[in-house]
Amino acid sequence: MNKTEQVRRSLKKRHRQERRFILLGKLAVLIALLFLAFLLADIFIKAWPAFKQTWIQLEISYDAEKLGVDAAADQKALKQGNYRGVLKKSLYAMFPDVTERRDKKALFKLLSSGAEYRLRDSLLAQPEMLGTRQQIWVLADDDIDSYIKSASLRDADQSDRRIKDNQVAWLDRLEEQGRLETKWNWSFLTSSDSREPELAGIAGALKGTFLTILVTLALSFPLGLAAAVYLEEFAPQNRWTDIIEINVNNLAAVPSIVFGLLGLAVFISFFGVPRSAPLVGGMVLTLMTLPTIIIASRAALKSVPPSIKDAALAMGASKVQAVFQHAVPLAMPGILTGTIIGMAQALGETAPLLMIGMVAFIVDIPQGITDSATVLPVQIYLWADSPERAFMAKTSAAIIVLLLFLITMNLLAVILRKKFERKW
Amino acid sequence: MTRAAVDASAASQTAEAVQEAEAVELVRPQETADTAGIHQEISGTVGTPFSDNAKMSTRHVDVFYGDKQAIFDVSLDIGEKEVIALIGPSGCGKSTYLRTLNRMNDTIPGCRVTGDFQLDDEDIYAKEMDPVLLRARVGMVFQKPNPFPKSIYDNVAYGPRLHGFASNRAELDEIVVSSLQRAGLFEEVKDRLNVPGTGLSGGQQQRLCIARTIAVSPEVILMDEPASALDPIATATIEELIDELRENYTIAIVTHSMQQAARVSQRTAYFHLGKLVEVGETNQIFTNPAHQLTENYITGRFG
Repeated sequence: MNKTEQVRRSLKKRHRQERRFILLGKLAVLIALLFLAFLLADIFIKAWPAFKQTWIQLEISYDAEKLGVDAAADQKALKQGNYRGVLKKSLYAMFPDVTERRDKKALFKLLSSGAEYRLRDSLLAQPEMLGTRQQIWVLADDDIDSYIKSASLRDADQSDRRIKDNQVAWLDRLEEQGRLETKWNWSFLTSSDSREPELAGIAGALKGTFLTILVTLALSFPLGLAAAVYLEEFAPQNRWTDIIEINVNNLAAVPSIVFGLLGLAVFISFFGVPRSAPLVGGMVLTLMTLPTIIIASRAALKSVPPSIKDAALAMGASKVQAVFQHAVPLAMPGILTGTIIGMAQALGETAPLLMIGMVAFIVDIPQGITDSATVLPVQIYLWADSPERAFMAKTSAAIIVLLLFLITMNLLAVILRKKFERKW
Repeated sequence: MTRAAVDASAASQTAEAVQEAEAVELVRPQETADTAGIHQEISGTVGTPFSDNAKMSTRHVDVFYGDKQAIFDVSLDIGEKEVIALIGPSGCGKSTYLRTLNRMNDTIPGCRVTGDFQLDDEDIYAKEMDPVLLRARVGMVFQKPNPFPKSIYDNVAYGPRLHGFASNRAELDEIVVSSLQRAGLFEEVKDRLNVPGTGLSGGQQQRLCIARTIAVSPEVILMDEPASALDPIATATIEELIDELRENYTIAIVTHSMQQAARVSQRTAYFHLGKLVEVGETNQIFTNPAHQLTENYITGRFG
C-alpha cells in the first residue's frame, strides 16, 4: 500500500468526522431555535388575552339627587358623589326581572370594582352631563373577562367555573343588545399595579425599571470604566493589583442576593437611603454589574494594539492622553458590549431587590428615583404568584414588555457600537 | 568618569578589540554560523563611536529586562544632521538601544536603563526631563506603520494639536500640508485628506507616520526598521525620503537590510548580542570592516 492510498483512507475518516460535527452543530442550533420559538409562542398565546378587555355598556342616569350632590355642584362636590349607588340603580333598571337580593349581588358582580370610578371620571370630565342619561362603557369583572375570552370556560359546567349560569344568561342578554364588547387594552400600558386584575397595568413597573436602570448605568459605567482603565493602563503590576484582579473576577460570580444583603446593611441601614426606591435599587445593581463591566472593559483595552498607544506616546502625548484619546475610543465597542451585558443582567434581577424592599405591592407610578417603586421582573414575580386566573395572562404580557425593553436596549447598544467601531 | 576619560578609555579599548579581531581570524576553522564567532566574547567597540558634532551622545548604556541584560556597556554618539544606521542580527539589542533614546522603554514594565544620555548636553534621564517633552524633540517611526484610525489630516494634525503649535485652522492646515509635502505624500493624498489613514497602502501609511512625526518638528527622528513591512518600491521611496530629511533632521535608523544601511546612512554601528562591536563610516564598514564579526555579518555568514 503506497502513501497516497494511506492518506486517502484516513482522509475518508477525517471528512466523515467533519460532516458529523457540522451535522451536530446544525442540530444544536435547530434545537435551540425550536425551544426559542416554543417559548415565544407560549408567551404570546398566553399573553394575548391580557391585551384585550371586556367592556359592558350601561345606561347611566347622572341624577343629582341619586348622586347626593347639588344640581350646581362644583368639581370637589362631584368627586364625593355616590357613584356606586347610581351604578347599581342603573344596572338593576336594565334587568328589572332580577329581584332577589342574592341575584342582585351576582348581577353587580359582573362589573369591575373600578366601574364607579369610571363613572366619576367621565362626569368630572364633562360636568354638563349632570342630570342627563348617558350610555357609558365600564369594565367587566376579571372573572367575566376570562369567561368571555376563553372558549373552554364557555363549554365548562357551572361547578368548574367562577361564574354562575344566571350570570351567563345576563351576559348573553347584554351581548344580544350589543352592550358587551372586547376592546384593545391600552390601560395595561398606562396604569399601575392593582389587586383587581382588570385594572392592573405595567406602567409603574416600567417606569421603576427605567429609573433603576438609569441609576445603575449612571453609576456603574463611569465607575467601571475608570477602574478598568486604571487597572489596565496605570496600576503597577504587583501583588496588590493581582489581589484586586482576583477579587474583581470572584465578585462577578457572587450570588446576586448577597449584593442585596450588602445594600440593605450599607445603603439603607447605614447611609439611610430610602428603601424600595430606584435609587437604592440602582446602587445595589451597580455593585452587581461593576465586575462584569470592569472585566469586559479590561479585555477590550487589552485588545487595542499597543502600536497605537506607542505612536501617541512617541508623538509626545502624555500617558493620560494616549489612553483616553486612543486606547479608550478604540476599546469603546467592547466596553459598551460589556456594559450592555451588565445592564441586561441587572434588568432581569429580582433577588437583590428582595432585600431592599423593591418586592412590594406599589400602586403609584414613581415620579423620581427616591419614590417607592417596583421593577418589571418583580412585577412578573408578583403577578405569577397571584391566584386570580386573569393575572396569568398579565404575567405573560409583562414578560413580553420586559423582553421588548431588553431588545430596545440591545438595539441601542448595537447602534452605539457601530458608531464607535473603527477599522485599522 | 568624566567625558574625556570615557573617550580615552574607549580609544584604548578600540585598539585591544582590533587585536582580538585578528586573533579570531586565525582560529576560525570553518564557516558555520556557530564557528563564525556568534558566541565569542566581545570587549569594547572598534572604530569611531564618537562624533565631534554629536547631537545625542550615550555612554556606558546598560539595559535590563527584569534580570536579563539586553544591552552591555554601549557608548555611541549620533552626529548632528547625519543618518546613522544600527545593524546587527535579530535580538542584538539595536531596537532596544534605539528606544532608550526617547525613553520609549519607560513604558515596558520591568525595563531598567542605566548609563549617561545627552541630548545637546542635557541629560535625558534626569529627573527634571519630562519624557513627554523629550519625545516631542526626539520623534519615532515604528517598524509596522501605525497610523491612528483617524483621517489623514487628523493623523498629521495630532502632534501640533497636542502641543498647541497652531493657533488657528489656517496655521494647522499649513503645518499638515508642509509635513505631508516633506514626507512626499501630499501629491498622492491631497484630494482625500479626510479619508482614514488606515485605508492607505503600506508604504503610504509609513510615509504618513513620518509626516506625523515631522509635523511636531523634532530634532532627532528614530526609525525602527521603517521599511521592513514594505515592498521594494515603497522601500525605495522611503529611502529617498530619509535622504532628503537628512538636511533638517538627525536620524538614527535600525535596519535589517544591509543594502538599505549602505544606501541611506553616513555612519553605521554594528551590534552583536547586546554589545556594540564596531562603528564607522558606512563606506568603511561595508568595504573594509575592522572587526571579524562585522565582516562575517555583512558577508552573510550569519544574520
